[in-house]
Amino acid sequence: MSTPQIHLETLPRSIQLVMLLGFAALAAFPFVGTDFYTAMVVRMMILAILAMSLDLLQGVTGLVSLGHAAYFGLAGYVLAFVTPQNEAISLYTSLPLAVGGAALAALVIGFLVVRTHGIYFIMVTMAFAQMIFYIFFDNKALGGSDGLFLNFRPDAGIIDLENKRVFYYFTLGCLLAVYVFLRRLLWSPFGRALSGIRVNEHRMRALGFNTFGHKLAAFTLAGALAGLAGYLWAAQTGFVNPELMGFHMSAHAIMMVILGGMGNFAGAMVGAFSFEYLLHVFKDLPEVGSFKTGKHWQMWTGLFIVALVVFAPKGILGLVNRAFGNKSVQEAGHD
Amino acid sequence: MTDRNTLMSARSLTKRFGGLAAVNDVSLDLWLGHIHAVIGPNGAGKSTLANLLSGDLPPTSGSITLGEHNITGWTPEKISRRGLGRSYQKTNIFSTFTVWDNVRLSAQSRAQPSPFNPLAWLQAAGRMQAVNQRAERAIELAGLQDRRYAQAGATSHGEQRQLEIAMTLATDPKVLLLDEPLAGMGQGEAERMVQLLLRLKSEHAILLVEHDMDAVFTLADHLTVMVNGQVIASDTPAAVRANANVQAAYLGEESAETLGEAH
Repeated sequence: MSTPQIHLETLPRSIQLVMLLGFAALAAFPFVGTDFYTAMVVRMMILAILAMSLDLLQGVTGLVSLGHAAYFGLAGYVLAFVTPQNEAISLYTSLPLAVGGAALAALVIGFLVVRTHGIYFIMVTMAFAQMIFYIFFDNKALGGSDGLFLNFRPDAGIIDLENKRVFYYFTLGCLLAVYVFLRRLLWSPFGRALSGIRVNEHRMRALGFNTFGHKLAAFTLAGALAGLAGYLWAAQTGFVNPELMGFHMSAHAIMMVILGGMGNFAGAMVGAFSFEYLLHVFKDLPEVGSFKTGKHWQMWTGLFIVALVVFAPKGILGLVNRAFGNKSVQEAGHD
Repeated sequence: MTDRNTLMSARSLTKRFGGLAAVNDVSLDLWLGHIHAVIGPNGAGKSTLANLLSGDLPPTSGSITLGEHNITGWTPEKISRRGLGRSYQKTNIFSTFTVWDNVRLSAQSRAQPSPFNPLAWLQAAGRMQAVNQRAERAIELAGLQDRRYAQAGATSHGEQRQLEIAMTLATDPKVLLLDEPLAGMGQGEAERMVQLLLRLKSEHAILLVEHDMDAVFTLADHLTVMVNGQVIASDTPAAVRANANVQAAYLGEESAETLGEAH
């Protein structure tokens, strides 16, 4: 009883194994990696949470948000605002505040934007994100274009987040928790309804589903999880600026999801790690004669994404799946 | 016919698109245990009427009641939850899902927790027993037991029509609004569908929009004929067949002969 799916919603055994090995490798990494690379992997894990939160909208529900970084950045700013100059703030008050703030913003904006469809949804999510970007960019009281510094990481009691290794494992724990939670949610009545909305929203309404409520809940939850990522980012880097909620950040998140493969969260995670690693590689490209190839990293990234979309439309996870010899799944007329 | 149990009724329903009245002053009643067929040439306004009744389109004027509720202007999802099940003329399914997942999701709509309830985010949809049972029953009624794990979009046209019905039944509707359920079906498939509708009749009020005259005269307890958005006759099939207006305006001589044979 094989169930054909275009989105690998059911992860084949082989992919589950790859994910398990991936998590094991992440757990072992601080013991073998240098400080530089360990910090890079922390950033990758944080962006993986962001990418998975976007995948809930983009891959599962079929809502392509071009403003998802707004909620990521907002939560980072909340942490920056509530962190005092001379001491740390408790994680147990600042985390709910930051995540709740991002969720609230997503709820309010979502209430207005999830009524729109297709290209209009893309446009209005971007418009709201740009609005938020400029509110922070133009306001000296909010840090302006320079952003804000955080002198302390949040205080989590016996868990000492100032310790690099502890912070690494704290982030890994969040990543694992978000992944397991979203995988579970995908198969809940809520997740099944979101999937139905992606495939045929009209029929969902005719069947009696409150599609507006479901899309709004998904938008809010995705905003909250993006907020968790933004909180961790601010804590990790000790710095927030408007770029965190900018257009580029939102676009990168979309590319991560596409790169890895949409609709199953595993792909989004793989995509985030791969995308960040690619950026790192492309920026470090050697000089050929007098031509600084590394300077044109954005071009290489663009070309790579184009090639991937053309040759592997189901993303890296789809490639891995094919490499394991699992039957590729036909995409039958869906609109 | 005095103790008819009216489950749904429309009064003076009108839908204008610009200057065109696609549905013009149409009134009809749907009774429990009766199949009410609506026939008419292409462009008569049958599908528009179906869209008005299901809430896919808001009427320009007139009113619709479902049970004791005045549902005029309600959204399709709200009307569906009050007990209206609709199937579509143009197949409207989740084509990338399996047949089972289509029907299971349809059945789930009657047990859907609030999307804002975080506890329900961790519930396993496949383990909702009442939902599975309702889906199972609908699959069996529609005769799709053997196609459960086929991808819906890859099944035959006839099977997709059966799936339409199964999805509609899985929502446990009291009123069935079936828009050309037999369209494009082969002889055997159509015959099975006619048998199914006869079985469903006793527990539902059914509105049947259909082109297949044999089926209409086999099934219908009441017949409404529409031409250019208006009702030109609404009566028992026998009375409609004898109606001179209907023969002149719609059925034509040739069709009238066909009708005679079907009798």
